[in-house]
Amino acid sequence: MPVVKAVTCPVCGCLCDDIEATVQDGRIVKVKNSCAMSESKFLGYNGHRLLKPLVRKDGELAEASLKEAVTRAAEILAGADYPLLYGWSSTSCEAIRVGLELAEEVGGVIDNTSTVCHGPSALSIQDVGISTCTLGQVRHRADLVIYWGSNPWAAHPRHIERYTSFSDGRFEKNEWKGYLSKVKAATVRKRLESAIRKVLPKAGSPAPSTARKDPYPALLKQGRKLIVVDVRKTRSAEIADYFVQVEPNGDYELFEALRVLIRDGEIDVDKVAGLPVEYLEEIAEVMINCSFGVIFFGLGLTMSTGKLRNVDAALSLTRDLNMRTKFMIIPMRGHFNVTGADTVFTWQTGFPYAVDFSLSYPRYNPGETTAVDVLLREESDAALVVASDPVSNFPKRAAEHLVRKPLIVIDPHMNATSQMADVVFPSAFVGIEAEGTAYRMDHVPLPLKKVVTPPKGVLNDEEILKRILSEVRKIKARGKAEAA
Amino acid sequence: MEEKPKLQVTLITGRTIDQGVGKERGKASEEYRDNVSICHIDPSDLKKVGIREKGNVIVSTTYGSVVVEAIRSPRAPHPGVIFMPYGPWANAVMNPETHSIGMPSLKGIPVEIRPAGQEPMLSLRELLKKQFGK
Repeated sequence: MPVVKAVTCPVCGCLCDDIEATVQDGRIVKVKNSCAMSESKFLGYNGHRLLKPLVRKDGELAEASLKEAVTRAAEILAGADYPLLYGWSSTSCEAIRVGLELAEEVGGVIDNTSTVCHGPSALSIQDVGISTCTLGQVRHRADLVIYWGSNPWAAHPRHIERYTSFSDGRFEKNEWKGYLSKVKAATVRKRLESAIRKVLPKAGSPAPSTARKDPYPALLKQGRKLIVVDVRKTRSAEIADYFVQVEPNGDYELFEALRVLIRDGEIDVDKVAGLPVEYLEEIAEVMINCSFGVIFFGLGLTMSTGKLRNVDAALSLTRDLNMRTKFMIIPMRGHFNVTGADTVFTWQTGFPYAVDFSLSYPRYNPGETTAVDVLLREESDAALVVASDPVSNFPKRAAEHLVRKPLIVIDPHMNATSQMADVVFPSAFVGIEAEGTAYRMDHVPLPLKKVVTPPKGVLNDEEILKRILSEVRKIKARGKAEAA
Repeated sequence: MEEKPKLQVTLITGRTIDQGVGKERGKASEEYRDNVSICHIDPSDLKKVGIREKGNVIVSTTYGSVVVEAIRSPRAPHPGVIFMPYGPWANAVMNPETHSIGMPSLKGIPVEIRPAGQEPMLSLRELLKKQFGK
């Protein structure tokens, strides 16, 4: 059976490019090196599949020809005053480029999923600047890794293995064995405790200790150190050498306290964000004494109180730390090409997301031109959603306006948004059935492979968008000719 | 009628590996629905409001309310904090306020939980029908 090697995984921002897919009779039957999400996608992408375009007639979605769907979609977009073009982070850079052309043509507002993800981080980076590097540098050099408000175990399952603590760096060793012995020790301890409980049943089980463990012994260890800061003890936190449990919405305070401490300042309270100041002093000490530190931050910062200001504080802490040692910071980007969406938007329009073409030149004003705000103000009069599911992922009130107006969806799967749509285009899976380019979370572009051929009649996003764009231009030309 | 117990807690939404696997399998899949129409609650909070493990719970804010399945949190202790995976169920109660930057408030929001009693949990189709009438 043919095995396609070095396939780039089109799931999360890690873009692992070492996947090996075994193909039999035009289907992927086995994958190697995949995480759970990646395996689920490669082996299960054909289920719940949409194969024919759908157009809503008399309130119900009915199968239609591609031509009919393209004409209907183009009519909706060409007839709209202020359409919203949303999604883009789960498709190729090539498709995004056509999307931007279409947005300019129809004078709409185009936004990608950064808007409800790392949009606040983009705003902060524009304000503060960012000291960053590629994941390769982290893998080979970082001796202190901090995951802050992010849970790679669940959202980027191979991040730790490929780029940080459990990777074999040139200058830093893999910490996997140390972790295994820690897990074994914990298992033995649990067994001992349960044996003691059986022998002394009357003593009852002791109440679970809620006191935080002293960070020092764990942080004094040799080699790579891993710290996780989160509001819950996630699986990633269990892997960490030290887990810092911050109070919900307490991140800003904690960053600012650390900034004071690394400048050798004093804090005259006992606790910050639920943490004793002595612990923070120890963490600050470890940060200053590392030779190459990196903070990976997730939506724990951008979605909680403070939003972009939390990221401001994180970026400023990193900047301050560079006065004492070398420190980097990288946002943990979710969708596989959300970084690519930001990048293509930026090179085409000058702005990373939320770009408004209604004045026929690109304008960017997050809070006004961002998708959720446009919907909450009920300004858009049609929408095109590409490779995304805003009906599932936007707050209800924003989604309500989206489904009230004509809605076009391009997606390989049937999801909540396509069920609400007026025109639905089935598309090929980029990275499985179509080639393209995607950007990894550290802005490294990687090629996506075509491993198998898509079902008959199913086009890729780029091709569908090109057809809609050409039809829109025809309608507009006709309109102009009639007016003349 | 006896007043049902209520509890004010903080809601965190986020990713779980099962939600990730479910979404890649397909948003219309059972797997996706089963993995996102849930709420992780600390055992002590479950006790306080008298909800049994796998019982239904109503999560509500001023923006909406939704019935989901209560799961004894595998990541306890975190009393006063509940966790829901991203998805249509969590978004039914989200605060749409973007504070002029485009980002709704999706983590660390105050919510109220109470036992759902006889109120059933809706499927994705039913939830969409109820919310959007389509």
